[in-house]
Amino acid sequence: MSLANREPPPKAANLNRRDFLRSGAAVATATLAPGVTLIAFGGSQARANSDANKRWGLLIDANKCSADCSACVTACSNENGWKDTGHPETDAQWIRKVTLKNTETGREVTAPVMCQHCETPPCVDVCPTGASFKRSDGIVLVDKHSCIGCRYCMMACPFKARSFVHEPLNNQKAHAPRGKGTVESCTLCVHRVDEGRIPACVEACNSTGHGAIVFGDLRDPDSDISKRLAEYASVSLRPDLTLNPGVRYTNL
Amino acid sequence: MERTIYREIKATAHIWETAVVLVAFIAAALGSVIYVEHYGHIVTGMTNQIVWGLPHVFAIFLIVAASGALNVASMASVFDKAVYKPLARLSALLAMALLIGGLAVLVLDLGRPDRIIVAMITYNFSSIFAWNIFLYTGFLAIVGVYLFVQMSRGKPHEYVRSIGTLAFVWRLALTTGTGSIFGWLVARPGYDAAILAPLFIAMSFSIGLAVFILVTSALCRLSGRPVGAMLLSRMGRLLAIFAAAVLYFTAVRHLTNLYAAEHSGFEHFTLFAGGIYTLLFWIGQVAIGGVIPILMIFHPTFGKTSLAPIAASVLVVVGGFAQVYVIVIGGQAYPTALLPGYEVSSSFYDGAVAAYTPSLPELLLGLGGVAIALFATGLGAKILRVLPTNLSDANLNQQS
Repeated sequence: MSLANREPPPKAANLNRRDFLRSGAAVATATLAPGVTLIAFGGSQARANSDANKRWGLLIDANKCSADCSACVTACSNENGWKDTGHPETDAQWIRKVTLKNTETGREVTAPVMCQHCETPPCVDVCPTGASFKRSDGIVLVDKHSCIGCRYCMMACPFKARSFVHEPLNNQKAHAPRGKGTVESCTLCVHRVDEGRIPACVEACNSTGHGAIVFGDLRDPDSDISKRLAEYASVSLRPDLTLNPGVRYTNL
Repeated sequence: MERTIYREIKATAHIWETAVVLVAFIAAALGSVIYVEHYGHIVTGMTNQIVWGLPHVFAIFLIVAASGALNVASMASVFDKAVYKPLARLSALLAMALLIGGLAVLVLDLGRPDRIIVAMITYNFSSIFAWNIFLYTGFLAIVGVYLFVQMSRGKPHEYVRSIGTLAFVWRLALTTGTGSIFGWLVARPGYDAAILAPLFIAMSFSIGLAVFILVTSALCRLSGRPVGAMLLSRMGRLLAIFAAAVLYFTAVRHLTNLYAAEHSGFEHFTLFAGGIYTLLFWIGQVAIGGVIPILMIFHPTFGKTSLAPIAASVLVVVGGFAQVYVIVIGGQAYPTALLPGYEVSSSFYDGAVAAYTPSLPELLLGLGGVAIALFATGLGAKILRVLPTNLSDANLNQQS
């Protein structure tokens, strides 16, 4: 995949010197190794594709989420290339189905949990190198080039959303690069979002007919997600931490 | 009368044997690092639930001990306790060596230790980890100058006092930073407590002095130099006070948590139902690391023997290690609540107490860090004039 095929970053004029040097290095490396995709969510590309006027989010309706369905998990795994290797304690899980039981009423529901793309993400605060970062459109990512694998972000995440790559990898997806010894999590399918598509989990949930996950721009008052949030009660996970996650839940 | 004379230790057969053993441990640790880096962390006991394992216990223990090992020098330079002056050089050397050992373990356990240069040139200043990089390197630089000034002839005492004071303030900041690695983790019920910073400072006083007593005794024994019973007993009494301070901060931490209903789950886990963690807390930390050494030191007969401070130091080291294990591993083993008021379960071990079994590569890496610290101390004593030839009570009393 060549950088020449990509549209120029819309915010090129606002690039600072560091961004300029980074993109220069990316171009140089891509020229030297044209077959290698360098979009590891680090350099200026993944940042520059972000639109600061948007904030991407998900609204998950637990009533519509079926306990015996895991289409969103399968879709994410297929889309991003993480899989069950038979080592459940060390295998990555970018998204998982969680059963929540109200301890007082006994009511039980299931819902998918992934990176909650917080407005004030603890993982970004604690990362010593800045490899954990938040795009201007609210998507929280890990720069695989500058992650040193210290796992402090995993200690800090309230949602257990992050996984450490414990084993060597092969047959990776070009649009979702991973790295042994680095940390990873849900990217909100940033490669799809930047192309104007919806995340794989949302697409899969829709295709099953459940329609339990709504994706959209939280900043746009006319978006479907904003209208639903305005109309129905919703909660975020760990509301006590007031991190303002981009992922919200109804009917929990 | 004999003055304090500092001399390099001689390379006796015992010294060589000790050095060979330490180098073997360091080599084993490096072999373990290569093994883990090749196969990935899958070959360790660490998982996506227990992300920091035994290497981090060793690293935190050594880093906490490092700042505490400087106490003897601080007491001499900052608080003018003349009796500790002959030990001040060794104190500074040991402090640097322990920190290097601890940092080596921390760095070599990274998923990508080859990228350590990234951590050196790219900083995120909202991360206490990034601040710690400055606190650690600053500590090495300041204590290095401190040692140099102490060893320089003809430098006025004010120099030593000034740099000693800076080193003392810096070590308090350093341990605050180490405690805050955990104290500032708001998401986990086992951490998220401001008291962890002063608790770590108390731990550093206690563990650091215990390590200092043991290393000094061992070095003097290996090099055939006398250590006064009075000197040991004086340090032993101080150790008992520091161990009591650790118990005090531990008690305040848990009592405060018990008062808040939201923390009752974690407290029940640590104090009653946590299995190995409960055992390590009560038997390891409280009994072996606190109550028993304090009773030993203040025992009317045994406390007066020169064995008492040594035995108490061994127990404080063992108990201190148990305490760091409970904080680092136990704090992760207890699950976080995704949504208060809900029980959660999943294929990703949500809501479940995480299991952890340390592996041999982790143990070898951790022991390698200890070996690096001890080897560096021995090497320093071999090539620098840091260890007095005579630490007998008679000699020290003549000077003070």
